[in-house]
Amino acid sequence: MSAGRPVETRLHWWWVGGAVVVLILSVILGVMIGAVGLSPIGIIRSVLDKVPGLDVDSGFTQRDEAILWQIRMPRVILAVIVGSVLSAAGAAYQGVFRNPLADPYLLGAGAGAGLGAILAIAYGPDATAWIVDPLPLAAFLGAIGGVALAYVLGYTVRSGRTSVTLILAGVAVASFLTAAQTFIQQRESDTLREVYGWILGSLNTAGWSEVKLVLPYIVVSLLVIMGSRRLLDVLAVGDTEASTLGVRPGRIRLVVVVFATLATAAVVAVSGLIGFVGIIVPHTVRLLTSASYRIVVPLSILLGGVFLVFADVIARTALAPAEIPIGVVTAFFGAPFFAVVLRRGKGVVS
Amino acid sequence: MIPRIIPLIAAIALVAAACSSAGSANDTVPSPTLTTTSSTVANTTTTSAPEETTTTTAPDDGFPVTIEAPNGQVTIQSKPERIVSISPTSTEVLFAIGAGPQVVAVDDQSNFPQEAPVTDISGFTPNIEAIASYNPDLVFLSFDPGDVIASLEAIGIPVILHPTALTLDDAYGQWEQTGVATGRIAESVELVETTTASIDAAVQSLPEGAGALSYYHELDPTYFSVTSATFVGNLYALTGMTNIADAADPDGYGFPQLAAEYIVDSDPSLIYLADTKCCGQNGDEVAARPGWNALSAVTNGAVVELDDDIASRWGPRITDFFDVVVASILELANA
Repeated sequence: MSAGRPVETRLHWWWVGGAVVVLILSVILGVMIGAVGLSPIGIIRSVLDKVPGLDVDSGFTQRDEAILWQIRMPRVILAVIVGSVLSAAGAAYQGVFRNPLADPYLLGAGAGAGLGAILAIAYGPDATAWIVDPLPLAAFLGAIGGVALAYVLGYTVRSGRTSVTLILAGVAVASFLTAAQTFIQQRESDTLREVYGWILGSLNTAGWSEVKLVLPYIVVSLLVIMGSRRLLDVLAVGDTEASTLGVRPGRIRLVVVVFATLATAAVVAVSGLIGFVGIIVPHTVRLLTSASYRIVVPLSILLGGVFLVFADVIARTALAPAEIPIGVVTAFFGAPFFAVVLRRGKGVVS
Repeated sequence: MIPRIIPLIAAIALVAAACSSAGSANDTVPSPTLTTTSSTVANTTTTSAPEETTTTTAPDDGFPVTIEAPNGQVTIQSKPERIVSISPTSTEVLFAIGAGPQVVAVDDQSNFPQEAPVTDISGFTPNIEAIASYNPDLVFLSFDPGDVIASLEAIGIPVILHPTALTLDDAYGQWEQTGVATGRIAESVELVETTTASIDAAVQSLPEGAGALSYYHELDPTYFSVTSATFVGNLYALTGMTNIADAADPDGYGFPQLAAEYIVDSDPSLIYLADTKCCGQNGDEVAARPGWNALSAVTNGAVVELDDDIASRWGPRITDFFDVVVASILELANA
């Protein structure tokens, strides 16, 4: 935020409207394109057929219907959810830590989820013996555990406790958990294949059950993050200054981190580790509009969904019918973008 | 997290790639040395009497011998009695040709046969000192992580590299070369003959319409598969079946990840699961996948649960694998 020029804090209706339109268009694109060439007319008719009161013959076989409704639709919806959550969580973390690089992965969510996943794969019981699949559960708990560990470590620092010490604690915890994960991987090398597929992230096996699984967590978390966006703007002036304005930085930070982590843990559990989204999307929004969280948070939620739907379209069509891991796509486009953001310097980050 | 996640992904990719040569996912990275023919010595053994082939000196036991391994010329001075195998396939071959008593140690991935002297030497990142501590007179490897071969040769230990085979002939060449290197030529030739006969007999028993069938071979539950350009794909090709993964791999990489909707749309006649041990997959799991319950293979009971290890090695148990494949085709035809 450059001194002298007031930061735009009003969320113009055309920004929201434009983002919603782009999101709807991207979802339509995502549903229309796939490894299997379903006719666009047939897809439209099949969708209309689902509208109560309408009875339209799509001309699709039972298999085409299964591809559209059981494979492609949940995949696109899950891409929207995962992109929105990672972007919102990234924006929220950047706000509470006043750090442009912050996202849940930085505080150990990714490393914790990875460790949880490999523990479940290597030592967990056979998935079929459980009512719930242990892998997403372990990844979920691992992500929360990683961030909790970083938080506790960061807050037991006696002297000079700041948001920076918390991030340093997160880096230490993430390195430690990654080392533990690599060690187990090395010892239990027969589990490598499953771990590897999970870590690179994939929406290829997604179904409605994954969507239903994450929905409760992300709805609550996104509401909390949306509700905190004014407070994030207040925090931007610094903890001491924010305190004089009557807010309690430590408490806000804890609440936002808890809910952003909860949502991230939920999506990581079903989609694996998809990197860069939480950095790219909020920064793009800042570049295009304003550094105010009243704008960054809602637009990140909408455009995060757009970004991941597009990334997934590339992942499943670039080499169709072969797949590219979506984590590779987001990092491939994310890394160069990130370099540009860094080169733009201070003006961009808040 | 950003500066951290890339090395993480890269490291995992590396480890996974390394695993691919020895473990159950051995097929993910084709070895660059594959194009070299396995062995000139071995090729001659199939056409002439075994004793005549090792024309190098020493009349009694045929040693020393010099063989043309994929990693270059390897000279073995006397009949090896302290073999270390860091390759599950080589371990199976050694025991199948009766060289088991000459083996002193095998890597942690060599889980067959039972009498193999399993150690904790890693099959993915073998430690030179750990190998050397067994004082071996011959080492078998299926890939060369971190210049293991150069290090072992530097301390005077002969090494034979037998990378992932691409064709049956590659595999047979490696078996016969193993026979030459261990003084088990007759046994290795016999193993090749019985294997050839077994596979020929299985092919003969195939029903009329086998060529009209299609199949999907699954490496993991995220739908990584194999094409006909791989070793296991070459075995399937003997049945005449169409591999649905071939269309997904124009570059000939051999191990594409298939889109879920493509698999459902292709509706393969048979589904072969090579991820039963690694990833707990089975017929019920497949039927429960979104959109899969109406697939012909599912409704016809043609989802075949393979042993991951057998389906990923190019050792003597390929006959077991091929028999299962042929039996599944027969069962489908008679259903």
